[in-house]
Amino acid sequence: MEYHLKTPLKKEDIEKLNAGDIVYISGEILTARDEAHARILEMGEKKEALPFSLEGAVIYHCGPLIQQTENGWKVVSAGPTTSGRMSKMTPPLLKAHNVRAIIGKGGMKGVADALKNGSVYLAYTGGCAALAAELIKEVKAVHWLDLGMPEAVWVLRVEEFGPLIVGIDIKGKDIFAEVREKAQKQLEKQ
Amino acid sequence: MSTKISRESFIRSIADLLRKTETELPDDVVNAIRNAEAAEENKVAKFQLRAILKNLEIAKKHRVPMCQDTGIMIFFAEIGSEFHPGFDLEAAIREAVVLATAEIPLRPNAVDPLTRKNSGNNTGVGIPDIHWKIVPGSQLKITAAPKGAGSENMSSLHMFNPTETGSIKNFVLETIVNAGGMPCPPLTIGIGIGGSFDAAARLAKESLLEPLDAPMEGLEREIFESVNALGIGCMGLGGSTTALAVRVKTAHCHTASLPVAVNIQCWANRHASVMFGGDE
Repeated sequence: MEYHLKTPLKKEDIEKLNAGDIVYISGEILTARDEAHARILEMGEKKEALPFSLEGAVIYHCGPLIQQTENGWKVVSAGPTTSGRMSKMTPPLLKAHNVRAIIGKGGMKGVADALKNGSVYLAYTGGCAALAAELIKEVKAVHWLDLGMPEAVWVLRVEEFGPLIVGIDIKGKDIFAEVREKAQKQLEKQ
Repeated sequence: MSTKISRESFIRSIADLLRKTETELPDDVVNAIRNAEAAEENKVAKFQLRAILKNLEIAKKHRVPMCQDTGIMIFFAEIGSEFHPGFDLEAAIREAVVLATAEIPLRPNAVDPLTRKNSGNNTGVGIPDIHWKIVPGSQLKITAAPKGAGSENMSSLHMFNPTETGSIKNFVLETIVNAGGMPCPPLTIGIGIGGSFDAAARLAKESLLEPLDAPMEGLEREIFESVNALGIGCMGLGGSTTALAVRVKTAHCHTASLPVAVNIQCWANRHASVMFGGDE
């Protein structure tokens, strides 16, 4: 199945998604990778308010290449980064915030339980950065530029961002884990 | 006698070479991805391979990097013993990297390994990483091969016992299973066997530059078929194309030693060359 969703995402929006479905997203998405995840968790511990809202949010694991021009920020290329690096920080983040979707590549280990009943993992084809940049229509804001360009939180307005593949659905079905298991079995046979 | 080439035009050529490398793939790599898309029967994998091909078209047309991880700057240089530029080639390559970083632009990826402080221009201690080889003749060939972290991080090296040649294939397969979708398959897998600890790694990296349309022989074919039978597929979401090619390079090694290195390359097998000097 193919779905076209608008942010902020409601739980109903993602309940219908099954692992293997194709999704396109329009609206706002926020980039966050290692450093941003660490800071979100740190601020949570100190009970400090975030400068952006994660309610119904879509987090994009991406360290974009963005150029500052006379007319503002211009996205040059913005493909997904390896989600596996954020595996440990994601369950506490999902516990604290109603993030409805995570976009990344390569899948994540040990997050299916944390996603269950609240969020989905959407796989965007790794390296497709020029295509992604075309689908990002505007840089709406940037937070935490002190972390550097790739690690800052960029608020992006996207149109029909995709194709995204539902890698882990709300019921906890995880294609990456299934493929990994099959590959392991095949390896043992050889 | 010095070879007729100005420092300025050399820097310009290297910066242009970097733009070419970052924005378009060699024909043999594009063809391998096209063939994979045509042969793939898994719907999810086919969708992604199409996205990759579309991405390549956009990057080439708009002359923008195909991947936001524009890599760390690696060069392979073959310098003719009769090639005398009359200026410091390494300093000039460095300058070209700084220029290309601002101009294309490239993501500044070079950081101090311990403080993690970013140099901001893709240069630093040991970066760009330039491998020099002296060859006969009066030409200089420079190949740029920027390498991203996603695939590099999943690469592996192991020092085997000399009697363990039979374990090489399994080591490669384990490395690929462990990597899963993280290094952005479909992959080119470069394998270096022999030499020393560091030479094996260099051989593995050099083998990624081999043309993908050349036939695979012996161990290459054997590993290639076994890797694709794993079913990891495009981006680890399943399918028959985990690897586009497997390349093996060997070197003699110590009788007590068997170094084996696996350098993984994502689908964006970026590399291009430029020649200087000689008769033309």
